[in-house]
Amino acid sequence: MSTAKLVAESGKIVDVATTDAPLTVRGLTVSYGNKPAVFSVDASIPAGSMTAIIGPNGAGKSTFLKGTLGVVPRLSGEVRIFGKLFAEARDRVAYVPQRASVDWDFPARVIDVVLMGLYGSVGLFRLWRSRHREQAMECLERVGMADFADRQIGQLSGGQQQRVFLARALAQNAEFYLLDEPFAGVDAATERAIVSVLKELKAEGRTVVCVHHDLSTVPEYFDRVLLINVRRIAEGPVETTFTAENLQETYGGRLASAHIDELHLA
Amino acid sequence: MSFIDYFLSALFLQAGYNSALVAIGAGLLGLSAGSAGAFIFLRKRALVSDAISHATLPGVGLAFMIMVAFGSDGRWLPGLIIGSAISSAIGLLMVEWITRKTRLTEDAAIGAVLSVFFGFGIVLLTVIQTMSSGRQAGLENFLLGSTAGMLISEAATIAVAGALAAAFVFLLRRPMTLVAFDPEYAATTGVNVRNIDLAMMGLALIVTVIGLKIVGLILIVALLIIPPVTARFWTNQVGPMIGIAAAVGGLSGYIGAVLSAAEASLPTGPIIVLVAFGFFLISALFSPLRGGLASALRHQQFQRRVHRRQGLLSLARREPIYDGLTLRILRRSGMIRRDGVATARGRIAAQKAARDEARWAIARRMLPDDSVIERYDGLTPIEQMMTPDQIAEIDRMILAQQGAKA
Repeated sequence: MSTAKLVAESGKIVDVATTDAPLTVRGLTVSYGNKPAVFSVDASIPAGSMTAIIGPNGAGKSTFLKGTLGVVPRLSGEVRIFGKLFAEARDRVAYVPQRASVDWDFPARVIDVVLMGLYGSVGLFRLWRSRHREQAMECLERVGMADFADRQIGQLSGGQQQRVFLARALAQNAEFYLLDEPFAGVDAATERAIVSVLKELKAEGRTVVCVHHDLSTVPEYFDRVLLINVRRIAEGPVETTFTAENLQETYGGRLASAHIDELHLA
Repeated sequence: MSFIDYFLSALFLQAGYNSALVAIGAGLLGLSAGSAGAFIFLRKRALVSDAISHATLPGVGLAFMIMVAFGSDGRWLPGLIIGSAISSAIGLLMVEWITRKTRLTEDAAIGAVLSVFFGFGIVLLTVIQTMSSGRQAGLENFLLGSTAGMLISEAATIAVAGALAAAFVFLLRRPMTLVAFDPEYAATTGVNVRNIDLAMMGLALIVTVIGLKIVGLILIVALLIIPPVTARFWTNQVGPMIGIAAAVGGLSGYIGAVLSAAEASLPTGPIIVLVAFGFFLISALFSPLRGGLASALRHQQFQRRVHRRQGLLSLARREPIYDGLTLRILRRSGMIRRDGVATARGRIAAQKAARDEARWAIARRMLPDDSVIERYDGLTPIEQMMTPDQIAEIDRMILAQQGAKA
């Protein structure tokens, strides 16, 4: 763990400072109080992949995501985004927080939330132009929410709120998307809409990482997995890494072997 | 001159130079307080601004003592404002430090800082009163505000600082909106959340110190919070909300100052706050968007639509109706007779309702991901949500189904 080099999935040794992969993490530790929520986790996400971060509740999946983006302070570890510090690669990254993290009674319409994704490109002083609004509408169109543009966000269902958050991230036009539990508590139509948008992003050569909780959909939606339970358990392609053995190690006794048998594992 | 006469002439700035000055100053103060307060309200940090305002008191006392020690009057307003700004900035940073570095929550930090600073300030005021400077009278006016004998230089100070605060709000509106709505996301887009929070509270600080003279430190938090809360009843967007909050704050300050000038024994700060509360009360009751009456009315109408629809569907299925409200609604709209039997109109309406239900059932299967399905509330006539072509297509599918069954 303390070596300066990182061993990538292929067995090749990668120097943190020279890789330009969308995400390279070495020895990331984040703690709330004196108990590490994430302890010395390594990860390396190749470009154009779709990775699910999997682990039991309280295993530090969301904290790992926030730690890589500097939303929560790091205790130790190195993070490189496209080979750079996050602050230097910020405009290539879009983050979709958990839906429950905000107050949906906030005075904003759907379109206002999506326009927030354009704050970075509009700047502090300039006013909104029709092209910004068109851009935002295109993003809403992609998630099937264009008809809701003028609705107050408090009137949306959970799935619709999630799609608005995704549209805001799309407005950033990033190369690397990090989503925190995008499928948690959403309806089937929303799940289909989000998956198809994420697959479009992948087809465009962009990179996607999702904190994910539904093991049964992992092979269908993702091509790579990162298994976390405070420590990193395993990382790699679904075919080789999403195995009963690794899941048992990640979830411990919390995942009945009968449940594992139902999954379509490699 | 009677109170009413004086009030009316003061309202139109005809009651003399001094009261016009005070009214304009208070209006500008309310304007900046309302717009700055909008973000503090959205960020849910009203109580932090209360700590800031109470933390001004030791600064006022110390600034007075220092100015007297250097042989000046001691009541020079810019000096007192600088002193209060420094001590409330220290209070604000202490709240922030306690919250960040210890495991205490923000409310505990606010309670501690607020009471300690205020207590220290009261001790200083008492010491000043026993000092033999002889000119100390008036410092206690900073507690509840007083506009008697306001100088043009003081009004000018308030006007300039108020305009500065309003400009500050305009410049920072985007990052402040983002931080208030979704701080974690804001951090990932490069907004320094801590600095924006400090800037937001810095605005509260500016408003507080310029409001010391007119509203006083105890009640300034009301002028920061009541206008945005009032504005929230009228709009669902941040931009208009800031505008309305600024207008409510400005009007409250102006009208309150005029009222208090009309009857010299009325303290300015409390009167301004009561006027603001009047705006709040009217909005809470009568706003068509989020006011209490409109909400109750909407709920009642919605309930009636639901009962009517349920009743018609029961008629179509020839089920008995027992619900009193449903029966009353159907009877009053001529759908059923007194004895509960459907009229001709009722039968037609019931058939239409049943047909629309069947159409929606098909639509849900045909267009599972269409937003029209998501927007459907179960009550709106299908013609208002789908095109005639779509409905015709659905009807063809229903016919095909019936044909298959037969």
